Amino acid sequence: MSSSVARLENRVSCEVGRPWGRWGLRGTAMAYLVIMIALPVAAVVHAGLEEGLLRFWGAVTEPVALAALRLTLVTAAVTTLINSVMGTLAAYVLVRYDFPGRQILNALIDLPFAIPTLVTGVMLVVLYGPQSMAGSWFAAQGVEIVFAKPGIVLALLMVTYPFVVRSVQPVLLALELDQEEAAYTLGASSWTTFWKVLFPAIFPAIVTGALLTFARAIGEFGSIVVVSGNIPGRTLTGPVHVFGLIESHNTMAASAMSVLLLSISFLLVLVVDWRQRRKESRDANR
Amino acid sequence: MRIADRELGRPHFSGRGFKLPVVIVLTYTALLVVAPLLAISWGAFSSGVSATLREITSPDALHALKLTLLLAISASGLNAVLGLVTAWVLVRHRFRGRALLNALVDLPFAISPVIAGLMLILLFGREGWLRFLPDALGIQIVFALPGMLLATVFVSLPFVVREVMPVLSHLGTEQEEAAHTLGATGWQTFRKVTLPAIRWGLLYGISLTFARALGEFGAVLVVSGGVSGMTETATLFIFRSMDDRNYAAAYSMALVLAVVSFGTLILIELLKKRTGQRR
Repeated sequence: MSSSVARLENRVSCEVGRPWGRWGLRGTAMAYLVIMIALPVAAVVHAGLEEGLLRFWGAVTEPVALAALRLTLVTAAVTTLINSVMGTLAAYVLVRYDFPGRQILNALIDLPFAIPTLVTGVMLVVLYGPQSMAGSWFAAQGVEIVFAKPGIVLALLMVTYPFVVRSVQPVLLALELDQEEAAYTLGASSWTTFWKVLFPAIFPAIVTGALLTFARAIGEFGSIVVVSGNIPGRTLTGPVHVFGLIESHNTMAASAMSVLLLSISFLLVLVVDWRQRRKESRDANR
Repeated sequence: MRIADRELGRPHFSGRGFKLPVVIVLTYTALLVVAPLLAISWGAFSSGVSATLREITSPDALHALKLTLLLAISASGLNAVLGLVTAWVLVRHRFRGRALLNALVDLPFAISPVIAGLMLILLFGREGWLRFLPDALGIQIVFALPGMLLATVFVSLPFVVREVMPVLSHLGTEQEEAAHTLGATGWQTFRKVTLPAIRWGLLYGISLTFARALGEFGAVLVVSGGVSGMTETATLFIFRSMDDRNYAAAYSMALVLAVVSFGTLILIELLKKRTGQRR
């Protein structure tokens, strides 16, 4: 997610311009980031914790909050698992297979990043809602999609589809075919070759994509709010619960829940950033 | 959000035609991405093209579209200028706390939009830390346009910074130093040397910002207060129409947003090719 900070560090800096100009620019950048980002984050952490850890704990462990948290973590985990497998396969197919429509497939994978997530949710309601053909067919089989958990997972799958693909694809592209060919020549099956040669090489990229998928999934709101039905204790996710708490002016509980969700996604993004730095410094030393 | 270079490059194929893995991936993508797109088009046009046109040209819908455009353009403009300054400072300046500032830039990507909205209420609301600001300026921030603009700026903040930084760092300072030696002022050097060199990266960042701003929903929902026709953006219009069971209006507007996003994506792809050539 962050770009190559380590590489930038190696560049020699040159500060052209008069001192007041330099301080003006630096002050502007600092004010922009502090006012727009640091201060808002500090405000929500303060609001979540100002009444003490006991109240914070109470707010995040009351039954509805706990169920929402569990639902968010479980659906995000299921989504991450499915899209790690399918995203890796999609990257593999895009890099290693030639077929008509390959360019179109490559472009289609970016669409979920471009389409507003609320629109994604509306699309799924049209496709799988009670009035639709697919929805009534599934209902006849006894499977509820929209206003139930499968709808939440479907929305998350669509919204996070690009992450693993775009993380694995460049790594696959950079891999030389030598080792794979050697394994083939020595009589390994294509499955063995994949597991023993290819998989170890792309595994770090899959993990990075999976972490980003999970971080994105636990914060998702727009697509879920129209798809899930938001039934407390059953289909109410963490971010939608936060929205409900804001609407009912329960700022403290909303902030407490936010702090918890934020901590999880911050941690994940930090891990991704740390892994990227480590990789870059290893590449630089090579 | 560019995770990695998406160029397909020169592939070394190990298979041709519709082999099983290809069929699986095509089916998955068709079900996950294409089917919903077709469904929304069908949903929007199911009662006729003229009905769809009527829905998206109703006064409320037009007002919402105008507001969305206004917010997206303003947020892109603000993030373009301030993001460029920030990228410049992060790449060219060395000072204490730079690493921390750099880490701050990515935070909006990790924050749920609803939580971003809550943060703005906590800052500018009745009991907020910065409550003096709306009073001093004599304007309302939360539950009004300025708050919605701040929310949009927040969620789309990282794009310009993150797109311009690598281009700027790759550019180096030799040409700027040459211009400076030849007597150009700082501003002239920036306009004649730096800006032309980074313009594609900058435009790419701005179009990503615009696309994100166009579709923002959660943060804007929280800070808008939801007064129909006054603070209703296109996404909020869809949300309210769904709530009112006015599905024709919701689906039509959703289709409009999907088409505009699609157009922006194509523009982004074109810009990316230019950026790739320049790097």
